[in-house]
Amino acid sequence: MATLEIHNISDELPLLFVHRIPQFGVFFKTRLLTKFRLFDPLSPSEDSDVDALRNSARVLLCVGPSRVTADTLAQLPELRVVVGSSAGIDHIDLDECKRRGIAVTNAGDAFSADVADYAVGMLIGVLRKVNAGDRFVRRGMWLQGSDFQLGSKVGGKRIGIVGLGSIGYLIAKRLKAFGCAIAYNSRKEKPSVPFQYYRNVVELAEDSEVLIVCCALTDETYHIINKDVMRALGKDGVIINVGRGNLVDEDELVKALLQGELGGAGLDVFENEPGVPEELFKLDNVVLSPHKAALTPESFAAVEDVVMANLEAAFSNKPLLSPVC
Amino acid sequence: MAEEAVIGVLMLCPTSAYLERLISTRFNLIKLYSPRPAAQSHSKFLQLHAHSIRAVVGNASRGADAGVIDALPKLELVASYSVGVDKIDLGRCGERGIRVTNTPDVLTDDVADLAIGLGIATVRRVFEGDGFVRSGLWAKGYAPLASKFSGKSVGVIGLGRIGSAIAKRAKAFGCPISYHSRSEKPETGYNYYRSVTELARDSDILFVACSLTEETHHIINREVVDALGPKGVVINIGRGAHVDEPELISALLDGRLGGAGLDVFENEPEVPVEFFKLGNVVLLSHVGSDTVETCQAMADLVFANLEAHFSNKPLPTPVL
Repeated sequence: MATLEIHNISDELPLLFVHRIPQFGVFFKTRLLTKFRLFDPLSPSEDSDVDALRNSARVLLCVGPSRVTADTLAQLPELRVVVGSSAGIDHIDLDECKRRGIAVTNAGDAFSADVADYAVGMLIGVLRKVNAGDRFVRRGMWLQGSDFQLGSKVGGKRIGIVGLGSIGYLIAKRLKAFGCAIAYNSRKEKPSVPFQYYRNVVELAEDSEVLIVCCALTDETYHIINKDVMRALGKDGVIINVGRGNLVDEDELVKALLQGELGGAGLDVFENEPGVPEELFKLDNVVLSPHKAALTPESFAAVEDVVMANLEAAFSNKPLLSPVC
Repeated sequence: MAEEAVIGVLMLCPTSAYLERLISTRFNLIKLYSPRPAAQSHSKFLQLHAHSIRAVVGNASRGADAGVIDALPKLELVASYSVGVDKIDLGRCGERGIRVTNTPDVLTDDVADLAIGLGIATVRRVFEGDGFVRSGLWAKGYAPLASKFSGKSVGVIGLGRIGSAIAKRAKAFGCPISYHSRSEKPETGYNYYRSVTELARDSDILFVACSLTEETHHIINREVVDALGPKGVVINIGRGAHVDEPELISALLDGRLGGAGLDVFENEPEVPVEFFKLGNVVLLSHVGSDTVETCQAMADLVFANLEAHFSNKPLPTPVL
């Protein structure tokens, strides 16, 4: 019934409150406007009564990594649902949402395959020195007869996956086809998967040659990859991070790479994006990427669908498609 | 053992330091490349050691040719540190009853791994992203958007060991697999195309993994590239001559092709400079099987063949 009203009476389209930082636009505005009346505090229409809108907003669209703090939430007394558009939602104050009974959704599986592909691509890139090899060729060093260093085999590697959610599972599935041995760490053991579980990340690192970090960033997982984990992984070990920069103690990582205490790294995320430690720029055993593992035209289309479905469910009191809490 | 100590093994060119050490533990390793006085000719050097040399080790680019074979009357075995034995005079070996071995299979996985790595790197523009970060551009804007890899239609040219290994990996990314080869292989369950052009028309990513023959020379020509189209990607881990390079370059420059990942080139180590300014290509120096582990496995296999031969046991990987 609610859905019918939404479609028929454009004046009474439900209010969707937008929360974004200036760097991130509302990326599929036209489609949203067919179903909702948008209010964006960063571009308000002149006649709008901002306070009244804040007081009546029930659903908030959080664009990309825009922070939703307890203060943000305090200004929206009637808020019931925060619809996020990213896979990780560490920028949303989940504790406060829980306390107030506000539901939160993320991008669901929309980005999972792309992030998994990119993680595997970076891993092959580090082990087989793809990016370093490309620089070697483009600088004319092959022609000059220089020797290029041997890479390391992908097949047979012992891979430890930190966080076996939908992304971690897709990474495991892909790397199995390469003949890799898969183990994982997560909060809870997942009896339905055929991979070995480690409660302790240091022990996982001890038994692994590669760690792929793809868990959610929470208070417990902040700097989950610390000095002890790196030491346990060893000097030939490789770290791939497609989760969040703060999952890895970046100072320690840079130190370990510079001192040869770690074999290599593939990093799509950093602690102070877009800032990247410049010491990494001269290293051939790292692959650096500007936080784009999730980004393809195909995944954008998929996330639009997930966000739309969550919004429609939120306004019609139906079960949310990808609730986080 | 005392007898083995005097068996001479001639190494024609540097292969691997590990293999040199391995051979030295059981045989008298004689290196054609060092330490030979510069003035001394190959034939002089061979003459000097001819009485003791009973085995020769070479690789894909340097094999026992007629000159080497004829200079070594006691030669019994040519053990190649390679899959290909086209640099060895097999006819001469046959006439003299000289055994020949190679190192098959061990590099299949490495080449297939690299093929997928090149595919992801090209489609997702991993190398371009790396350059974007290293040159400090990230702080100034967003990296160009790439395309998705999972689920793309994959076409494999040549469904031999390497082609099959590529297909198996691509399947784990949810990619539908089609292939072209001389004969259909119904047991694989993949889609067979008799025509390479039609395969290209129905594929997003085309992997070249066939062997180089007269029929497969320039199998990637203008017609195939145009059938693949402006979003299509070519990955070549076979041989440079599989691809008509000038046609590939002109298609990339015109935007008629989406990208290319190349481990091999027509005139290696020369790489056409036109490639160097393109962000949608990934270029490697023929490193398909170059991993520490595989080089060691190849060395172990060469050594196992030498040991087997000189203890009168069956050769592990004979060609002749």
